[in-house]
Amino acid sequence: MSEYVLELKNITKIFPGVKALDDVHFSLKKGEIHALMGENGAGKSTFIKVITGVHIPDEGEIILRGEKVVFKDPRDAQQKSIAAIYQHGTLYQHLTVTENIFIGHEKLTTFKTLDWTKMHKEAKELLRGLGSDIDPKATMGNLTVAEQQVVEIAKAISTNADIIIMDEPTAALSKRECEELYTITQRLRDEGRSIIFISHRFEDMYRLATRVTVFRDSKYIGTWGVNDLTNDQLISKMVGREIKDIYPKQEVKQGAEILRVDGLSKTGYYKDVSFTLHKGEILAVTGLVGAGRSEVFQGVMGIEKPDSGQVFLEGKKLDIKNVQDAMNAGIGYLPEDRQRQGLILDWGLGYNVTLSTLEKYTKATIIDKRAERVSAKDLLEEVKTKALSVYDKASSLSGGNQQKVIVAKVLNSDLRVVILDEPTKGVDVGAKAQIYEIMSGLAAKGYGVIMISSEMPEVLGMADTILVMKEGRVSKIFNDCKNVTQEQILEAAMNI
Amino acid sequence: MEKTKKLFSANIREISLVIVIILISAFVQVRSGGGFLTGENITDMLLETSVLAITAVGMMMVILTGGIDLSIGAVMALGAMAGTTVLKNSVLSENPVSNIWIVLIAVGVGLICGLINGLLISKLKILPIIATLGMMNIYRGITYLIANGSWVKQAEMGPKFLSLATGKTLGIYNLLLIAIIVYLVAFFFSEYTKTGRKIYAVGNSEESARVSGIKTDRIITLAYVILGGIAGLGGILYVCKYGVAQGETGTGYEMNVIAACVLGGVSISGGKGKVAGVLLGAILLGMLNNAMPLIQVSSFWQEAIRGGIILVSIVINALIARNVEKKDLRRRSI
Repeated sequence: MSEYVLELKNITKIFPGVKALDDVHFSLKKGEIHALMGENGAGKSTFIKVITGVHIPDEGEIILRGEKVVFKDPRDAQQKSIAAIYQHGTLYQHLTVTENIFIGHEKLTTFKTLDWTKMHKEAKELLRGLGSDIDPKATMGNLTVAEQQVVEIAKAISTNADIIIMDEPTAALSKRECEELYTITQRLRDEGRSIIFISHRFEDMYRLATRVTVFRDSKYIGTWGVNDLTNDQLISKMVGREIKDIYPKQEVKQGAEILRVDGLSKTGYYKDVSFTLHKGEILAVTGLVGAGRSEVFQGVMGIEKPDSGQVFLEGKKLDIKNVQDAMNAGIGYLPEDRQRQGLILDWGLGYNVTLSTLEKYTKATIIDKRAERVSAKDLLEEVKTKALSVYDKASSLSGGNQQKVIVAKVLNSDLRVVILDEPTKGVDVGAKAQIYEIMSGLAAKGYGVIMISSEMPEVLGMADTILVMKEGRVSKIFNDCKNVTQEQILEAAMNI
Repeated sequence: MEKTKKLFSANIREISLVIVIILISAFVQVRSGGGFLTGENITDMLLETSVLAITAVGMMMVILTGGIDLSIGAVMALGAMAGTTVLKNSVLSENPVSNIWIVLIAVGVGLICGLINGLLISKLKILPIIATLGMMNIYRGITYLIANGSWVKQAEMGPKFLSLATGKTLGIYNLLLIAIIVYLVAFFFSEYTKTGRKIYAVGNSEESARVSGIKTDRIITLAYVILGGIAGLGGILYVCKYGVAQGETGTGYEMNVIAACVLGGVSISGGKGKVAGVLLGAILLGMLNNAMPLIQVSSFWQEAIRGGIILVSIVINALIARNVEKKDLRRRSI
């Protein structure tokens, strides 16, 4: 038998149009904590889903305890002693701790009824074994995030899992809670279990892991001993790509201050966010997933109102209660979730494009449908959506074209500031370049442009100013972007 | 050719409803020995259907937003009871309250009921089915309180008021005339106004509508207010036509109204449906009510047959629509 309990070789997983995993390797020893690192979208999540049987790989093999296996479904993987603990728990908030732990493998009495006495007792023992005194009868929703994680771990152990995957377990924990999690994780290792630990925090890796594997752009980059690499080396392994010259950024002289956000806070999401935007400036807002970037700007737009803080447009304080107020003031927003927040999928493009600006076509309460149609056609042509009719359904378009339709819709309002939330996510390369062109054209016309983005190359390629967020706060603002490197940004975004 | 095809596929639901109506008419006409499609019977049928058709177009607005209103029958009764009680108390006096005021009282009461429903749903975020179920009982209770155990009978209403339903203006029955006006306004509202467009947007995707700058709470509330007003109008016309207002007026009526909408192709999940479809749905229901006694279907069977026909036509309608949609998709991929 080999030294590995779990080995994955040449794993490839293809989704329509995307290679989510491209010839990836991974190996896990018995009693090892193995860190898995990579940027947002590097393929870590897909990889976990392959190990836990959610996705079936298109190519490659999985070798579990020396035997080649194929997981039919998540239940199959669970029965083969693999369990995963996710950042956002998969627990039932309304059920008790015991119910959550034993769901799916309940203990029964001789009469085939649920044996609560036994389950409560075993739950208590499991939790005590993890050094926790959580009441098994407590309702899940009343526990802290850290306690819920302990319950998840107890659940994993109760299924006799000996390979445990932890997906960013420390992301939402306080310092002290992290320490407790470290203790528990080490205890699991000492009992002979193997752990795959995914985290953005370097501290987690140094404290726990013996080896680290890096993925980048869906590809396997390498595996090293934790102490064989320096911080800088590791970051460059994670980033490591060339910035291609697809950014048509024009030199624009920045004008007067146009938008100022001062001390914007919303409990549980972001705190004390302040920045200034000028005419003709492109401000890129970046950070890890969950850093609170979108939330801040949904706050500015009045979609989810902030608790405190102020927004000024050209020096005038704004009182934004809803999206219409923001749009009237001259701020437009392109949501990240185009299908859910940007479009009426069942409608034709024409109606979609004019939805925010119907008053332009209304005379004496009547919509002039002809004028509306003509204007919609012009707007669509302006953003280069080729060969599309105003009657085509929004749902029938590709991601890139959908984005362009939303651009057309937002730009039909009379705006001064445009906020684009992940404008090129799920967009093909050609359309990407066009969206960059539109952005840089806006800046040249004197708009203030804010681009929320997770993609380093476009952040570096397009921005005049880069704002990095970390855990709901502004971590760093780079005013002079000429000499900023990806490494510096990643450093500001991560806990090192 | 291409254009006719498009028109056909865009209106497939309405067209298939017309076909169903024609088929049933033909069948009943033959079975009844020619007694169905006479001028007199058709007028009769349309008069019987008017109130249902009027209220259904209000319900359509609510269902378009993705909601439902179970209190409509109760609101009809409350509006009617409020109006006729005022009427009863003044009809023998020297200056009886004029018809227009009676109607306005009923509509006003309906608008207030609708506003309460709307605020409960949009501001307090109570599920429409629960909020309106609760309010249905409250409105009904208030109706009983106003009625105080007695009916408002035909004699107490006076001939002037009763002529509102039975009389004619320019040779057309008033009831029909009101229905026609309601439908013209509703068609215009849903197709050619900002607010109408926004109702469809909210029903399709509340989230997209909100991010597009639509005050979704306001639109949702408005839909219930519209329905409330229409229910008040429908209620007063209903008691006028049948010559009696009582506590039980319109009990269970909400189901007929919802059925007419669904038959007319209004999607219960919101965002889809046309005024023309609702009109056809109401006519089809009214037709069934009129036709079955005519061809001597046992009254025990009538309910079940009506339910069966509703189900069958909805299924056929859905199948046709799905087929057309699939063909549309195929054309796109080529």
